[in-house]
Amino acid sequence: MAGSNPNAKPMNLTLKVWRQKNRAAKGGIVEYKVKDISPDMSFLEMLDVLNEDLLRKGDEPVAFDHDCREGICGSCNLFINGRAHGPEKGTTTCQLHMRKFSDGDTITIEPWRANAFPVNKDLSVDRSAFDRIIQAGGYVSVNTGGAPDGNEIPIPKEIADRAFEAATCIGCGACVASCKNASAMLFVSAKVSQLALLPQGNVERKARVENMVAQMDKEGFGACTNIGSCAAECPVGISLENIAILNREFLAAKATSNNLV
Amino acid sequence: MSWISNTFSSSIGRKIIMSVTGLFLCSFLVVHLVGNLQLFKDDNGVAFNAYSEFMGHNPIIRTIEWVLVLGFGFHIYQGLALAAKNRAARGSNYVSDHIEQNSKWYSRSMALLGSIVLFFLVVHLYNFLGSLRFMDVPRDANGNEDAYGLVVQAFRNPFYVVLYVVAQVALCYHLLHGFQSAFQTLGLNHRKYTPAIKALGFGFSIIVCALFAAMPVYFFFFKS
Repeated sequence: MAGSNPNAKPMNLTLKVWRQKNRAAKGGIVEYKVKDISPDMSFLEMLDVLNEDLLRKGDEPVAFDHDCREGICGSCNLFINGRAHGPEKGTTTCQLHMRKFSDGDTITIEPWRANAFPVNKDLSVDRSAFDRIIQAGGYVSVNTGGAPDGNEIPIPKEIADRAFEAATCIGCGACVASCKNASAMLFVSAKVSQLALLPQGNVERKARVENMVAQMDKEGFGACTNIGSCAAECPVGISLENIAILNREFLAAKATSNNLV
Repeated sequence: MSWISNTFSSSIGRKIIMSVTGLFLCSFLVVHLVGNLQLFKDDNGVAFNAYSEFMGHNPIIRTIEWVLVLGFGFHIYQGLALAAKNRAARGSNYVSDHIEQNSKWYSRSMALLGSIVLFFLVVHLYNFLGSLRFMDVPRDANGNEDAYGLVVQAFRNPFYVVLYVVAQVALCYHLLHGFQSAFQTLGLNHRKYTPAIKALGFGFSIIVCALFAAMPVYFFFFKS
């Protein structure tokens, strides 16, 4: 195989996987053995091998979410060995490779745990709460008609860069999963500050933060206590500074908006 | 619900209450500490008793005292309510959780540390404020209530000395997270000033709590 490490030996692993039939069912850990895992495989490919095995034996394969497998869609969300997206910093589960583990390792794999993210099945959780938060205000109004000129609104490079940093949030939910309070504040702050930094976001600025925070609370996420687990586990490095921006935006909007409720 | 109650019952609003009352209680710590430093004056409590008499009977101080009671009340109630709400939001626990690899233990233990401080607060009020307000305390040579004598007496008891020192350690860790966290909650995070706020919070926590903890130890070893 091109690009692979010729010295890398196949690994045998013990997997402790959370199995849960459906939302209502009580789940539990089930142990599996996987053999001949190439260190070049991604974590999801290793799970594919497990599922092929299970299918051959006539067992039910393990359900887990994944889509692009390129680290940009935010679908693959596994709690691996007690850490969101595994022990590596700045990676999604699909970008975690088996060379980070050793032959004979036992790996515990669990779904995100938060009341606002109910488990659909096994390792797959329902993150539609994030979609509803975005629907509550994570958008901008634009004029219809011809495509606007690319540089029509001048935005300083520094501001554009900071907005882009916030915009890199892929909505994977690692912040909620790793937070002891299951708080969605880092996600919401990334979405709010991205748009608050740009002139295009000004029209809905106050309503946006009020509505998104209200929706976040309604979904049952916890409140932030500035512990910082979220930012430490975020695969794209969204910083806590965004939460400070969210708090500022919220205070300013509540104090000055015309919204009496 | 009006916009005001809506604001302060939201998750961010509750945090803002925690942060504002927390910083207010920090200012109380400074006043309390500066006054109590007179305990180290080797005058058999003359200065401390005069100060204590003033704090106990000055009408302005007695009025502000109610603001302090409210500050404590909101901070304690909101802190416990938030801790319960956040625990419920998590729902179930992970089978394998290595949260210690991504955050500090005292940041995660604010409710526990706060509860230790609350327990201390109740004992502390019983030890001193309770006696001064509700009992007949003997007077010193200047006719002031002998609060100093109460301190000497209380810290003959090793149980109180240990409790007071443990409570100050808990308070120190509570402040190590809480001080800088309060600024973050108010949105005061700036790459120019945040390092200074963090350094100030670190120094504040250590110095204030070390000086408070030194009082029972000093009395136990040198004044009993």
